[in-house]
Amino acid sequence: GPLSERRLMDVRLGELPAWLATCNFSPQGLLGGVQKAWNNYYDKYINVKRGGPAGISMLLAGYCLLSYGWNYQHISK
Amino acid sequence: VLHATRPLHTTQQCLAPLPPLPEKGGEVRYGLIPEEFFQFLYPKTGVTGPYMLGTGLLLYFLSKEIYVINHETVAAACILSVIIYGVKKFGSNVAAFADKLNEEKVAKALAVKNEAIKDLETAIEQEKKEQWRVEGRSYLFDAKRNNIAMLLETNYRERLLMVYNEVKKRLDYQVAMQNLKRQKEQDHMIQWVEKNVIQSITPQQQKESIAKCILDLKALSKSAQAAV
Repeated sequence: GPLSERRLMDVRLGELPAWLATCNFSPQGLLGGVQKAWNNYYDKYINVKRGGPAGISMLLAGYCLLSYGWNYQHISK
Repeated sequence: VLHATRPLHTTQQCLAPLPPLPEKGGEVRYGLIPEEFFQFLYPKTGVTGPYMLGTGLLLYFLSKEIYVINHETVAAACILSVIIYGVKKFGSNVAAFADKLNEEKVAKALAVKNEAIKDLETAIEQEKKEQWRVEGRSYLFDAKRNNIAMLLETNYRERLLMVYNEVKKRLDYQVAMQNLKRQKEQDHMIQWVEKNVIQSITPQQQKESIAKCILDLKALSKSAQAAV
């Protein structure tokens, strides 16, 4: 389909700049993108009948990595 | 009248009934890395590709001190081991408990739905019964018509009887009047005749008749004495 309506995983590497150009970088657009990403993640891993530890463990791992990245300056002293 | 400024019901979106939730979430290996990553690398690197990638990255971070080992590493290792032990030991119990809760919720909702369906079905039954009853209307109306005909007949006969009685009374009155008149005429005539007869008896005639009666009586007494 058209470039602007494809998801990120379906975009080929050479088309990445063009795809980024079609993105909506206003605050509403970014917020909408974050909302969509969260909804996709939620529907795939958390909002199921028999979920497992995978749903929140990935969130916690991401949080760990993020906080390590933020504190790297302080840790590497 | 609905003043709509936008057209209604244009999309095919249908909110009910909702599609059921998926049974299991997306596949995740070791609880951290989604299966899609492994599938993504499989065509190029085979099965061991992601593991080699992981090991290489880990050694790189360690050697370049991008990931420093300090007290926090030890703490993280202990916490992780405790968490993994807990999940492995109590995971199934918690899952069963949560499933039971879910089951109860679903059962309650289902019970409500079944109740509603049953109520509607009984309503349908009763409706059908009412429709069957409607078919008996003709009998009902026939009975009512018979009733009314009988009432009319009774009323008519009553009035007929009343008319007959009244007419008979009037005729009887006329008859009684005639009888009375005739009787009065008769009595009056008798009296008048008697009066005139009595008036016509002159004294002379009265004396003669009395003497004749005495003679007759004497003769009679003589014959009576002779008889005795």
